[in-house]
Parts: sequence; C-alpha cells; structure tokens
Amino acid sequence: MDEGLRNELSKAGVFTTSLSELYNWGQKNSLWPLQFGLACCAIEMIAASMARFDIARFGAEVFRPSPRQADLMIVAGTVTKKMAPQVVRLYNQMPEPKFVIAMGACAISGGPFKQGYNVLKGIDRYIPVDVHIPGCPPRPEALLHALMTLQKKIEEQSLTGINRPRQMDPNQTGEFPIPTFGAHDLEPPSNPEVWRPIKIDRGS
Amino acid sequence: MTDSAYTLLVVFLGMAVAFAAAPLAIAWLWSKRFAPRKPGTVKKDVYECGLESSTKNWVQFKSDYYLYGILFLVFDIETVFLLPFAVSFKSLPIGAVVAMLVFLLLLVEGLVWAWRKGVLNWK
Repeated sequence: MDEGLRNELSKAGVFTTSLSELYNWGQKNSLWPLQFGLACCAIEMIAASMARFDIARFGAEVFRPSPRQADLMIVAGTVTKKMAPQVVRLYNQMPEPKFVIAMGACAISGGPFKQGYNVLKGIDRYIPVDVHIPGCPPRPEALLHALMTLQKKIEEQSLTGINRPRQMDPNQTGEFPIPTFGAHDLEPPSNPEVWRPIKIDRGS
Repeated sequence: MTDSAYTLLVVFLGMAVAFAAAPLAIAWLWSKRFAPRKPGTVKKDVYECGLESSTKNWVQFKSDYYLYGILFLVFDIETVFLLPFAVSFKSLPIGAVVAMLVFLLLLVEGLVWAWRKGVLNWK
C-alpha cells in the first residue's frame, strides 16, 4: 500500500494494515521465551524479567517451562560440550516459529572459557542464532536490546516469497542434527549448514 | 419466522458458537496457507528436560485410589453436617436427633463395610 495514501487515511482516522503486518505485530509482541538458564547470564535474564527491568513491557514475560509452548530460546550462559546435545534437542522440540538469542560471550563464542576443553565455542555451531549479545554477563538492558532487535527482525519478515522466514518455508528443516559425544570432541564439531564462519585471509 | 422470545436466544447461541469457532477456523486456515507442518522424530519425542528418555514413557497409575476418594467423602459429608448439628444440638427436637443418628449410622455402615472388605489395605 502506498505510504502517502496511508498517511492521509490515518489523518482521517482510518487505520489500514496488511495481513503480514498484522501477523508480525502479533508475533513480535508475544514472544514466549523458554525458561532455560545455563550459567550466570541466566541471573541477568531473571533480572530482566523482574520488576526493575520488566521484560513484560515487550510481551516476553511468559517464560515457559516446556519447549512445546515456547518460541524464543535464550541461550543464557556457557554451553558445555556435555550440555550442547540437550540444547539442540530442546531447540528441535520447540514448535515453529522459533527464534534464538545467544546471550553472553560464552553462548556466542565460548567467552572466557573458550580455551577450555569442555566448552562449546558458540551455540551458533549447531542452531541458527537470530541475535547475538556480547558481554560477560550482558546487563538486562542488553537483553532487552536484543529482544527489540529480534522484534525488528520479525517486523520485517514477509509471509511469502524468497525472503520468508525459515518456519514458513516448507523446504527448510525445523530440526537440526543433534551432536553426539565423540572420542575428543562433539561429533560433528559443527553443523556446516548453520555455521559458516567468514574465512579470514591472513596472506601467507 | 415468528418473533418469539426464543429467537433472540437462538441468535445468541449462533453468535456464541461462531465466536468460539472463528479463531480456531482462522488459525487452521492460516496454518494451511502459511505455516507448513514440520514434524520430526525428535520434535514428536517425549520432552524430558532435553534428555532422551531412558525408560518407557507410558506408565499406568493405580486406579485403586478412587476408593480412598470415596471413603474420604464419608468423612467429608459427616463433618459438613455434624458441625451445624452440634451447634444447634440443644434446641433440636428428638426426631431431628434420631434422624441425624440414622444418617451417621448410614455413613459409618459404609465405612465398616469397606473396612471389612479389606479396601483400606494398600496393595
């Protein structure tokens, strides 16, 4: 719809919208996170849900104890290699649409424990992450900012066409392979369909 | 159509059913058009905090408990009637006291029957 015409109509008191806008508006304002904390970042996530920071302002206060009812996974904390299969499994068990916020240095890259033999160097090796938050731990404001970023992303999604989101594309899978415990590392160490790091050319 | 008082009720009934059915219908149509189903083995699996379940998930609960529920009702009803009975005991005529005692006897009889039948022994 023409933006100018829409402005004119809204001045006359006529509200116009499209199906996708209505859908995205509903979805972005009712993100139900999975109640799921892994480490100290979870404390900040809890603080964000309490009165002082009040994540309810964004419609995301309904932390669900079951993945069946959740559509946002906040990976809050260090993902150890022991825990990674469970995280992927929980993500797989969430119904579409589902989004992931990787919260904190550990969840996005392994953080201060990156050199540890038992720490996964970022959950984005196995599941598609929508928003990364750096910080150790990120303050609740940072989580709220991530939520707003995700809301902006949802706002821009279209219902049809090539740019439609993953959950609306029948060819895109809703499940990702769960890594298993290998002799020295998780098998496979990363999912190449999800994790495509940028090759840095350091010359020779 | 005759304009009777029930016409309005029928209209209301239709509206109530439509009000409940419309969101479900819209959601169903929406999922047909825009949200493809994506079932999977892991997704349809039992949720146990992210872990694979190690035992069988379908367990049977003992249905014997219903007997305890019924016997509890005996005491429950007894309490409900005994309290007002005790409060107005002095002002009651003899007929009412006899009626109450018969009522109590009926309840106690049920309990004794269950007891003698061995229902109270948890197996």
